Amino acid sequence: MRKDNLIKLIVCVVAIIGIFLAFVKPLANSIRQGLDLQGGTHVVLEAEDTDVAQVNDDAMNRVVTIMEKRVNALGLTEPIIQREGQRRVIIELPGVKDPDAAIKTIGKTAVLEFKDEEGNTVLTGTDLKDAQAATNQQNGQNVVNLEFTDEGAKKFADLTTKNVGRTISILLDGEVLTAPNVREPILGGKAEISGQKSLEEAQNLAVVLRSGALPVKVNIIETRTVGPSLGQDSKDKSQFAFSVGLGAVLIFMILFYRMSGFIADIALMAYTIMLLGLLYLLDATLTLPGVAGIILSIGMAVDANVLIFEHFKEEYQIQGKTLRLSMDAGFKRAFTTIFDSNITTIIAAGVLFFLGTGTIRGFAITLGLGTLLSMFTAITMTQYMLKLMIHSKLFESPSAYGASGYMLWKKEDLKKNA
Amino acid sequence: MLKFDIAGHRKIWFLFSALIIVSGLICMYVRGFNFGIDFTGGTIIDLKFDRPVAIAEVRSSLAKYGLDGATIQLSGAQSDVTESEDMMIRTVDLEENQRKEVMASLRSDVGDYTVLREEKVGATIGGELIQNAVLALLVSWALIIFYVAYRFEFKFGIAAVLALVHDILVVLAVFSFTQRQIDSSFVAALLTIVGYSINDTIVIFDRIRENLKLHFRRGGDIDELVNRSVFQTLTRSLYTVFTVLFTTFALYFFGGETTKDFAFALLIGFGVGCYSSIFIASPLWIAFRNWSEERRQAKRQPAQ
Repeated sequence: MRKDNLIKLIVCVVAIIGIFLAFVKPLANSIRQGLDLQGGTHVVLEAEDTDVAQVNDDAMNRVVTIMEKRVNALGLTEPIIQREGQRRVIIELPGVKDPDAAIKTIGKTAVLEFKDEEGNTVLTGTDLKDAQAATNQQNGQNVVNLEFTDEGAKKFADLTTKNVGRTISILLDGEVLTAPNVREPILGGKAEISGQKSLEEAQNLAVVLRSGALPVKVNIIETRTVGPSLGQDSKDKSQFAFSVGLGAVLIFMILFYRMSGFIADIALMAYTIMLLGLLYLLDATLTLPGVAGIILSIGMAVDANVLIFEHFKEEYQIQGKTLRLSMDAGFKRAFTTIFDSNITTIIAAGVLFFLGTGTIRGFAITLGLGTLLSMFTAITMTQYMLKLMIHSKLFESPSAYGASGYMLWKKEDLKKNA
Repeated sequence: MLKFDIAGHRKIWFLFSALIIVSGLICMYVRGFNFGIDFTGGTIIDLKFDRPVAIAEVRSSLAKYGLDGATIQLSGAQSDVTESEDMMIRTVDLEENQRKEVMASLRSDVGDYTVLREEKVGATIGGELIQNAVLALLVSWALIIFYVAYRFEFKFGIAAVLALVHDILVVLAVFSFTQRQIDSSFVAALLTIVGYSINDTIVIFDRIRENLKLHFRRGGDIDELVNRSVFQTLTRSLYTVFTVLFTTFALYFFGGETTKDFAFALLIGFGVGCYSSIFIASPLWIAFRNWSEERRQAKRQPAQ
């Protein structure tokens, strides 16, 4: 019996320490990282009501679809495009090389117009079938080749036929892209926009034209770009803070609670792995405040253990119970306290989750999950391992379990006022 | 037991906290807060130049655009030096094109750099942030009162939430005194403080509840009972605040510039949260209890 318990205990301890050391880093690195850690650009768009178009659900969904097309053309891994609230769209572009160009491409309303000399709009972006960037072989200019729909081709043929010898203009969002002189009617349903500075610029324009015009006016209200070097720096620093914080807590628990503290430390390692594992499974995005939340939660997670050990000490010293019975009573009495105090923390985290947005939400998830998990590990894992240790009789002296530690009050204090 | 009458001296703690909060409120009214661009709107450009540069160089380049009033800071570890490679520039909300022009002229006037961070926030978002934060606080307080009233009694709930209001006001006061920057993560910090402080308070209330049930007779000395409950849980309160402060200090000293103000808010908040659980929440509960006892007595008196 004694030996069994000892073997089980050793297996638990070795397994948890082993898993912790082997997986904590790879696990932390495999959780999706926010832009503040991996570098990239975060853009918030807000749609605005105009006389021409009102913002509604349908329009916003079309904005998202168009944004997806535009962002996908940037060729990034794992960009995120999502609606937030009634009239906002959040776009995250991890690892984007030229944030300025990307922001410019995203922000275009992309209303394309072909106008005659009198300023009448004859064709619009809806008449387009395709747009491709290319370099003109004859003059080396960077251009965008347009192909019209059947109807568009007819309109364009009509426009060029009527305006031979005159100028037509092609405008994007009211700005003239090019204003060529029509030398002869163009009947083939194809046209060319010239005057692009680089092939890249031509490609961006082609993407914007292909994805079509936004149904409503959209403004960029927020952009945040974090360079890759700052992201790496933040990662390194948080990693260091994590190690120092965790190390300090581990040492503290052993100093004050001896072997009980050691068991709590093992449970804390299990807690850390489980928290990271859950965040990974939930496909959570880890931002800088989220990492701060994890580091903090380690300090908070031992609280349940401290509560249990203090009750344990009390049962042993004040009630004069045996080690085993004190331990049982300690867990039992601490349970309601842990439950009530943690539920209130979870309430705060829940409110933060439902009312918060973006990074604050991520932080709330870590806080809430952390509190739940710390409750779970303290009540189950610490209890199980500590019982194994007591039953194995590996240590028999109460001081080895921190049970005879200093207490601020004595048994006599109970009698007063009773 | 340590002979220290916490409950009996409650007027001293109330006065002490009131002094901090009132001077904090005055400071908030007079000096206000140092809001970050999350609240005010604006542009931040964080650059790392290839050589150490002086603030004056950057300022004179910005002057061309009428931006010489911008906040320019040397970031990075060395704060005592006059030149640094890391330079943080905060201006009003710049248009995309204007920002590009400014950055191009910095490159030609001052020297080559790599961009560490660029942020641009329109002014519209700030108001919403404050609104959401206030809403989140009020909702969480209401829910906590409900929960505590259900599990304990209403007076405990009110005392607990007043202690939370106390914590928030003290943290706000400290941020107004020190003029440290308040950004969106400050809101998360406040809610974490609420989460921690309520936890800490409930542990003591739980002990009071237990002692009331097991060791209290009608007409007993309630001050003594609360003192005893506080001392019975004091070791736990101190150990827990230690472990939490360890990790927060680690974050403050090693976590980097971006989370420093966040960690600072938490340092203050956890300290105050621990203090208020012991010196404010339980004494408040006694005050409420005595007050309702007196009212009950007064109601009975005329009838007799």
